[in-house]
Amino acid sequence: MNGSEFVPLSLVPMLTGIFVAVACALPGNFLVLRRQALIGDAISHVVLPGIVVAFLLTGVVSTWPMLLGAAGAALVAVLAIEGVRRLGKIESGAAMGVVFTAMFAGGVLLLEQSDTSNVHLDVEHALYGNLESLIWLDATGWASLFDPEALATVPVELPRMAVTLLFVALFTTLFWRPLKISTFDEGFARTIGMKTGPLGLGLVIVAAIAAVAAFDAVGSIIVIAMFICPPAAARMMTNRLEHQIAWSVLFATLAAILGYVLAGYGPLWIGMRDSVSAAGMIATVSGVVLGLAALMGPHRQRGAAAPAA
Amino acid sequence: MIWEALTLQLGYNATLVTLGATLLGMAAGVGGTFLFLRKRALVSDAISHATLPGVALAFMVMVAFGGDGRNLIGLLLGAALSAAAGLLLVSWLSNRTRLAEDAAIGSVLSVFFGLGIVLLTVIQTMSAGRQAGLEDFLLGSTAGMLRNDALIIAVAAALTLALVLLLRRPLTLASFDPEYGTAIGQNVPRTDLAMMGLVLAVTVVGLKIVGLILIVALLIIPPVTARFWSERTDHVVLISGALGGIAAYIGAALSAAQPNLPTGPIIVLVGFALFALSLLLAPGRGALTALLRHRRYQRRVHLRQGLLALAHGQPIYEQLTLRLLRAEGYALPDGVATKAGRGRAAKALRDETRWQLIRRDPAYEAAAQQYDGLTPIETVLTADQIREIDSRIDMRGGVMA
Repeated sequence: MNGSEFVPLSLVPMLTGIFVAVACALPGNFLVLRRQALIGDAISHVVLPGIVVAFLLTGVVSTWPMLLGAAGAALVAVLAIEGVRRLGKIESGAAMGVVFTAMFAGGVLLLEQSDTSNVHLDVEHALYGNLESLIWLDATGWASLFDPEALATVPVELPRMAVTLLFVALFTTLFWRPLKISTFDEGFARTIGMKTGPLGLGLVIVAAIAAVAAFDAVGSIIVIAMFICPPAAARMMTNRLEHQIAWSVLFATLAAILGYVLAGYGPLWIGMRDSVSAAGMIATVSGVVLGLAALMGPHRQRGAAAPAA
Repeated sequence: MIWEALTLQLGYNATLVTLGATLLGMAAGVGGTFLFLRKRALVSDAISHATLPGVALAFMVMVAFGGDGRNLIGLLLGAALSAAAGLLLVSWLSNRTRLAEDAAIGSVLSVFFGLGIVLLTVIQTMSAGRQAGLEDFLLGSTAGMLRNDALIIAVAAALTLALVLLLRRPLTLASFDPEYGTAIGQNVPRTDLAMMGLVLAVTVVGLKIVGLILIVALLIIPPVTARFWSERTDHVVLISGALGGIAAYIGAALSAAQPNLPTGPIIVLVGFALFALSLLLAPGRGALTALLRHRRYQRRVHLRQGLLALAHGQPIYEQLTLRLLRAEGYALPDGVATKAGRGRAAKALRDETRWQLIRRDPAYEAAAQQYDGLTPIETVLTADQIREIDSRIDMRGGVMA
């Protein structure tokens, strides 16, 4: 694998995949511990109507209206779920199911009704993403990394995901103590005067930002997988939150790299001509990692005594 | 056109599809109720996503054996097998590892779906052009449905519905009171398994009509809606089945009448409209009733406090209280009590004094627990008891009106 081939074709998608995976896995750790793991699933479904509405309003496929539409839809969904849960006194899983399926149905309907056939905006694209198409046209080799002219043509998804990852990491660091305390003992957090409500909402909003930013580049399925699988696998490895986060970042990175390589080169190794979906393969690899952790992780059982530390 | 669709006059095929969808809606509504009552609504999400790799694998296997790969029964069989595998993995992860059920559901659905998409891209390169229709399983489509497909779906949905009705007693018991079920010798885990099997069957049958993402809606929305209308499990099951059937019937008919309305989303949105109406309007649990009940309670509290204030001769500053007293004719605009108001205030004070006494007397413990500051004492104590209480008040020389 030489630089003149790797840098233009694979470097950008691979890095984008890693950034997406880590940006989703970081808030995912807290969501899994708080039993809100399916928030990522709900958000990635409701993003569709948001994007379609943004397209119908502006009439163009451009980044910012789409991102705003997606973020708006995610916020509407979170509020609607909470509203249904409280007004109807319905348990949160069912409330979530009602809201996100209805919003997704609305999105599909709008999509079919509006004339979007000539635009690159369809449901399959939303599900699969287009990680493979993030080609860095002007790159010629490793030297391009230091060439300002070539750097200017890097696919915009890469810097966008880098900024998102930075933001998510910053949030996690700044709110580390309150997040940790309120996740493990919400009652205690409240008695020491912590505002657990806004903090929980903040976490969900950060998760939504990560999901929406990732959605455009890599599709929804990898987003859901990265919210849950790396943190869940990490949870089997340790009882300490700090270590769990580190493991989840490692697993997410591993899934992104291995999944991308397997999707691109795996079929060639077994004698097939074309590559397969990178997003799907990254999700699959993260599942294999989770499966191995569930079979062999030192802390896989509930309440099992920790081995001598 | 829409009227003709609703009265099944759009021809044989449209009628078959509408009836098939209606049966499916009923089966989903009934089956989903038990899932909802067992607080496992989102398990259906995992089941439905887990069908995708099975559909793709079945297609590949059928092509490998020389078929054209689009045999519906074969595809549904593949879907059922991989959904069952996903279901087993969810229960293994949530029972045998420390993962909570929601994390187990989320990981299984995303990984199976990712694998399914990988397989779909393999199929795309494998036999270009021949996989047309396979993607319909993602979002559902009745446009290309053949008569045979519609018949298979209708029959399977009817069988599922019959099975649910046959098993409704153990299912009801297991969702409503699993401990009692175990105590009287029912095998609750096996009933749970049967319930999951039913949901799986509904999901697989519904794939072709509404698609694997939206079938979840048919399993969740009708039961949640039905729960607003009844407190009895068997009624919730029936209402949910009826709601699912109505949503599917109207949705399928609308979609048959208008060629550019996709069936799955329309059915789901009709179901959601029924849900929204119920959330607002249902008696008992509806939001509007709850609001009215709250308002009524608030008014009673304010009125009572206002009357007590009048009896003590205290000035009233609270606007709502003042307005209520005036509306009832108990007070003048300046807050001075009318004759009727003085009478009511005295009674309120007397009742309050009676309550104070019985709440301190262990002999009246049961009655005293009914105290909430609003309940008229006559509804709790007999006339004799009240006389006895009053005699004590007189002995202490307390205030009497």
